[in-house]
Amino acid sequence: MAYAKPPATAPDKDVTPRKRSVGMLMLRYLWHDKKASVGLFVLVVFSLAAMFAPWVTSYDPKSMEFEMLQSPSSTHLFGVDDLGRDLFSRIVYGARTSLFVGLSTVALSLVLGVLMGLVAGYYGGWLDTIIMRYIDLQWAFPNFIIAVYLVAVFGAGLLNVVIAISLAFLDDFARITRGMVLSIREEEYVASARALGASSKRILLKHILPNSLAPIIVTATVSIAYAILAEAGLSFLGLGVKPSTPTWGLILSDARSFFSRAWWLGVFPGAAIMLVVLSINFLGDTLRDLFDVREYQ
Amino acid sequence: MSGYVLKRVLHALIVMWAVATLVFFMLRAVPGDPLRAMLFDVGDPAAAEELRVKLGLDRPVYVQYALWFQHVLQGDLGNSIYGSRISVSRLIREALPRTLQLAGLSFLVALALAIPAGIISAVKKHSLFDHVFTLIAFLGLSMPDFWLGIVLIIVFAVNLHWLPAIGYVPLSRGFWPWLSHLILPSIAVGTAFSAILARIIRSSLLEVLKSDYIQTARAKGLKENTVVLKHAFRNAMIPVATVLGIAFALLMAGAVIVENVFAIKGLGRTLIQGILNRDYPVVQGAILLVSAVFVFANLFVDLAYTLIDPRIRYEE
Repeated sequence: MAYAKPPATAPDKDVTPRKRSVGMLMLRYLWHDKKASVGLFVLVVFSLAAMFAPWVTSYDPKSMEFEMLQSPSSTHLFGVDDLGRDLFSRIVYGARTSLFVGLSTVALSLVLGVLMGLVAGYYGGWLDTIIMRYIDLQWAFPNFIIAVYLVAVFGAGLLNVVIAISLAFLDDFARITRGMVLSIREEEYVASARALGASSKRILLKHILPNSLAPIIVTATVSIAYAILAEAGLSFLGLGVKPSTPTWGLILSDARSFFSRAWWLGVFPGAAIMLVVLSINFLGDTLRDLFDVREYQ
Repeated sequence: MSGYVLKRVLHALIVMWAVATLVFFMLRAVPGDPLRAMLFDVGDPAAAEELRVKLGLDRPVYVQYALWFQHVLQGDLGNSIYGSRISVSRLIREALPRTLQLAGLSFLVALALAIPAGIISAVKKHSLFDHVFTLIAFLGLSMPDFWLGIVLIIVFAVNLHWLPAIGYVPLSRGFWPWLSHLILPSIAVGTAFSAILARIIRSSLLEVLKSDYIQTARAKGLKENTVVLKHAFRNAMIPVATVLGIAFALLMAGAVIVENVFAIKGLGRTLIQGILNRDYPVVQGAILLVSAVFVFANLFVDLAYTLIDPRIRYEE
């Protein structure tokens, strides 16, 4: 695994080299890349807005005004929807759902997928066969379609959406981890750890996992973008969260009958989705260069 | 070769069987039992009981599975339990061509956008066009396809009145009415794929342009256009063939959601409406068919590789 050179800084001559964590190195690299810093900036803005939503907007996302479908103005920055609700505040609150779903689904599918990949790759045998048969089956279908299938079975709702998207994204992590394990397992340092009497668990967690992290981090980053798109798609189709929750997909879905009269209802929520997804893709692209990970197909 | 073909066909059939089985048992094994919820929707207990018997839900699961599987093999997917109670096979027979037409046109749109963009940005590497193109490609990848559909409707249908906003007209009613209804949805579906495709064409063409035979062609004094379009482009398209499998998956997934924006009653809309109506015979049938389209498209692409690029060897 090759880390790209960190950006050149003046060498500190008298200071003994500090030990920097991988996380810090990553952040420094991202900070110095134009695309990634734009992405980071946008994501920080959206995250802060989501966290401090009640302070960012003076309107309750569910409270209704008498006058409906007002076009954007200084009082209602993004206009008002068909039920007299402030669109800006609905979008700000919607960021909560999108970011929550994006992060939680990827966390869940990462843990499950990596675990499956580690077990399949390290132990091999019938476990590997069963896991890989399942992964291959899932691999044949696009993630979004699998998420739709799963929601069809589990039913709609936030929790079910999170579970469905997590399961749909599982195969990427399992496949990549297994591939890394298979190649790292043969390395000499693993053999020497084993010779020193390290347990399987220790070898997996201390030697193999840390060295497989690069492609997993890149996949996780890009997956957050796809998870956010998937949630928006499911909500748009009416298979997502409860109808009262403001989410970007749902706002677009609700607005469908009003596009001819109120363009802002169609434009702003989608622009929010695009900005967030674009920023994450920028980050993912930079991380891919940083870790020198080939594009996965 | 024939051994390889046979093996791949067999594999595709096994995958189809596994999907069918998974779908069948998941709809019955999941807590909350979607089928019971469906019966509950019927309301009247007597009618619900009748439906239960009619769907065979009173029998042991393995008997249900055997019967269901037997019917599926005969092309009988049951009847919709919602509205007109039309047979699912007929519903799907009407929906499938629409989805395939949409996916096919989207593919053409993607090619039409990606080939020129990819070629120009490779030839004019690091130019302003190249940078703008990279940004547009990123935008295309990050845009939800259904949202692009909405924006296209707002601009080209609602404001400019150039094209119809929603609906589908069969080809038998005339070429233009048919095409005009499919243009906006095809752009919505095809854009994301064209972004991927253009980036692949760009990097592949850059690679090819470095090779010796291109130097030779230039040294012969051929015009740059001839070198790029005749000599380099053809070989640069080989890696593109390897993403065709993904292409189909992407386009079909896009079609599923975009059909719902444009109210085109294809497979995707049938599937989603089945889910929303809790019409499980329709859901099962639509899932099976969407899956079949994927599996056999993948099979077709795999087999096509070996024809396109003789360097690809198949294992025996």
